[in-house]
Amino acid sequence: MHEAGEAIAQAHREEWARVVAALTRRFGDLDVAEEAAAEAFATAVERWPADGVPPNPGAWLTTTANRKAIDRIRRENKRDDKQKEAQLLYDDPPGTLGAIDDERLRLIFTCAHPALAMETRVALTLRMVGGLTVPEIARAFLVHETGMGQRITRAKAKIKAARIPYRVPSAKDLPARVSGVLAVLFLIFNEGYLATGPDTDPVRHDLTAEAIRLTRLIHALLPEDGEVAGLLALMLLTEARRTARVSANGELVALDEQDRGAWDAALVAEGHRLVRERLAAAAAGVAPGRYQILAAISAVHTSARDVRDTDWSQVVALYDQLVRLDPSPIIALNRAVAVAELDGPEVALAAVDRLEDKLAGYHAYHATRADLLRRLGRSHKSRAAYDKAIELAGNTAEIAYLTRRRDELG
Amino acid sequence: MQYMVSVIQDGKGSPGPSDMAAVGAFNERLKAAGHWVFANGLAEPAAASVVDNRGDELVVTDGPFLETKEYVVGLWIMQAPDLDVALRLAAEASKVCDGKLEVRPCAS
Repeated sequence: MHEAGEAIAQAHREEWARVVAALTRRFGDLDVAEEAAAEAFATAVERWPADGVPPNPGAWLTTTANRKAIDRIRRENKRDDKQKEAQLLYDDPPGTLGAIDDERLRLIFTCAHPALAMETRVALTLRMVGGLTVPEIARAFLVHETGMGQRITRAKAKIKAARIPYRVPSAKDLPARVSGVLAVLFLIFNEGYLATGPDTDPVRHDLTAEAIRLTRLIHALLPEDGEVAGLLALMLLTEARRTARVSANGELVALDEQDRGAWDAALVAEGHRLVRERLAAAAAGVAPGRYQILAAISAVHTSARDVRDTDWSQVVALYDQLVRLDPSPIIALNRAVAVAELDGPEVALAAVDRLEDKLAGYHAYHATRADLLRRLGRSHKSRAAYDKAIELAGNTAEIAYLTRRRDELG
Repeated sequence: MQYMVSVIQDGKGSPGPSDMAAVGAFNERLKAAGHWVFANGLAEPAAASVVDNRGDELVVTDGPFLETKEYVVGLWIMQAPDLDVALRLAAEASKVCDGKLEVRPCAS
C-alpha cells in the first residue's frame, strides 16, 4: 500500500510531462492529453495498491492514458474528423525535430507561447509540464482557484482555436521565445524551492531538478545567451544550498544559520564559473539582465565561507542595479534585507514599511518585518508580525522556522 | 487554416495604404507563397448601415453597430498552417500598412 503510494508519487514526478507531451503529439490536443494523463494517474491510484506496481510505470501510464484519450474521442465521435485534420496540421512531420530533441520542450514552447499572457504561460507550463494541480498553481500566484482554473481552460481553448503550434521554434525565432520560457522555468524552480501546501515536501527537488534540467538544455543550445547562463547559475547556486536549507526536523534554516560545509561544492563551482563568464561579458560591455544580477548576488553569498565574511556592500550595489531594471516591491524587500546588514535594522525597517500597500498579503513581507523588529528589541510588534507571516506562509518548513523564532521572543 | 488580420485605427496616425506600392508588393508575396485569400480597405464606420430582419419588420439603422474610438479600417484573410506563421505575416503587414493589427483565427 505504502509502496504503491510512493511509486505513484515518483511516477508523477518523473512521468507526468512525458505522458502529457506524448499524448499531445499523438492527439494534437492539450485538453485531451491533460485529462487522459490525469485519468491514468487516478487509475494507478486505484489499481497499483491491489495489483502491484507495474514493472515499467511510465509505459503503463502512457498506455493507460492513450486508452483513456481514445475512449474520450470515441465518446465525442462527432469530433473525429476535425481531430484527424487537427492532428495532421498541428504537428511537424517526423524527422524535423529541432536541435533540442526532447518532447517536453515542445510542450514548454507551446505553453510559453508569446500569444498567451505571461501569467497564463506560467500557469499552463506548471500544469502541463510541472504537473502541479490547479490549487497549487493558484497558491503560487496568490490568486483564487476558480480564476486559475478558468485561465487554464481559456488558454487551452485559444491554443486549439488559433492553432498555436506544438514544436520547438525555428533558430531565427528561438532567442525571443527563450526569454518567455526562462520566466516560466524560474517560477517552476521557485515553486520547487519553496513548495507550498500542507502535505507537500518543503522542498520539491523534482521541480527544482526539472527546472535545472530544462535550463541546462536551453543553455547547451544557446551558449551565448547571457540570461540563460544567468538563470542556470542562479538555479545552481540556489540548489547547492538545498540540503543545508531544511533541518532534520523539517525546519527552514536561514542563510546566516546554514552549515556552509553542507553546500554542494560542485554546484557552487559550476555556478561561480558561469557567473565569472557573465562578469567578463559585462566588462566587455554586454549589459546584464536580471537573472545575471541575481546570480551575481547568489555568488557573493556562496563565496563567503562564514556569513560574517559576506560582502554586503557588494550585495546592496547589485540590488541597486537590479532595482533599476525591475522596480518590483519584492526586489525592494530583498534589497532591504541586505540593507539591514549594511546600515542596520532601523534603516531597513523604514524601507520595508514603505512596501506595506503592495505586499501586505505576502508572508515574506511580514517575516522580514518580524525579524527586523526582533533585532530592534520590539518584541510585541515582532510577535504580531510573526503571527501574520505564519498565517500567510504556505511552506511547512518556513512555518516551523517562523513559529520557533516567534516562540523564542521574550 | 484561415486568419482574419484586421487593421485597427487607434487614433495614432492613420493606418492604410499610404504606400500602395508596398502593400501591393506584400500582397504579391502573399499570393506567391499561397497565403493570400482576400484583402481590402474599408470606408469610414459612418458609411455603415445596420440591418436587422429577425423580427416581423425590417429595421435599417444608419451608422455602425458599435460606436468605438478604435475601429477596423481594412482586413486580410490569410491562409497559414499555424499561428506562428500567421503572426509572422501579420508583423510584416503591420509595417507595410503602418497600423496595429488584430490576428483572429477563423472558426474552421
